[in-house]
Amino acid sequence: MANTIKIRARLSGDTTTVKALISHIMETGLRKDSKTGKTIPAHYIQEVVCEHKGETVMTAQWGPAISKNPYLSFRFKGAEKGDTLTLRWVDNKGESDSIETKIA
Amino acid sequence: MKRRTLLKGSLAAGAVGIAVGSGLLAPRTVLAAWPKDAFKATSVDDALNALVGQSQLEGSDKIEIKAPDIAENGAVVPISVETSIDGVESISIIAEKNNTPLTSAYVMSPRAEGFVATRIKMSETSSVIAVVKAGGTLHSTGKEVKVTIGGCGG
Repeated sequence: MANTIKIRARLSGDTTTVKALISHIMETGLRKDSKTGKTIPAHYIQEVVCEHKGETVMTAQWGPAISKNPYLSFRFKGAEKGDTLTLRWVDNKGESDSIETKIA
Repeated sequence: MKRRTLLKGSLAAGAVGIAVGSGLLAPRTVLAAWPKDAFKATSVDDALNALVGQSQLEGSDKIEIKAPDIAENGAVVPISVETSIDGVESISIIAEKNNTPLTSAYVMSPRAEGFVATRIKMSETSSVIAVVKAGGTLHSTGKEVKVTIGGCGG
């Protein structure tokens, strides 16, 4: 898996605002396939972690009720322009992806 | 007795197997903290008890939820939560009438500010509750979101 994450991190004053979009099916496990009548197995992101300078800034724990192709935004302090920010996700099937971005 | 424990054990293992899908072991270490019981809970109280060990909510005017009054598409409901409460440890977003009400929880480090935004799925018209844990207390506020599945408006 690669390039599932689009991210933007912008510093304003002391606050860095992070906005991320992740491409993911976010299947709840409750829907049925209209052709076969079989339940579509659950497949959703469970955890999104944001790290800055080796420190976890925020951990999102998600259930299947997060929309398809999830959007996530949050803010944190103590970063400077040009710092590297890492965002990674793991889903219930063990698939994962991560991205690094520079704070602008 | 022994047989019973054995049966119970294998049943539990089976359930885990299904949950993990193809049985990949990798996520288990990473997801040690993922609150499975909280996400499986079917009531708000059970979810909060499993998530933070208490369900006593205190209404707060220091939390603001931004959500549409009417969501035409229940599959994509934009929600943002902002709070001016100090020392936020976590923010949880709950859709009261969903099968499993807890949609997501955000564990905030001391450097994080009291703000998160995301998009959630809602099965029907219900309250969206934001629960902010700070200083061992659960502060909360709610907002009614009307869901018109099928997008007929109204």
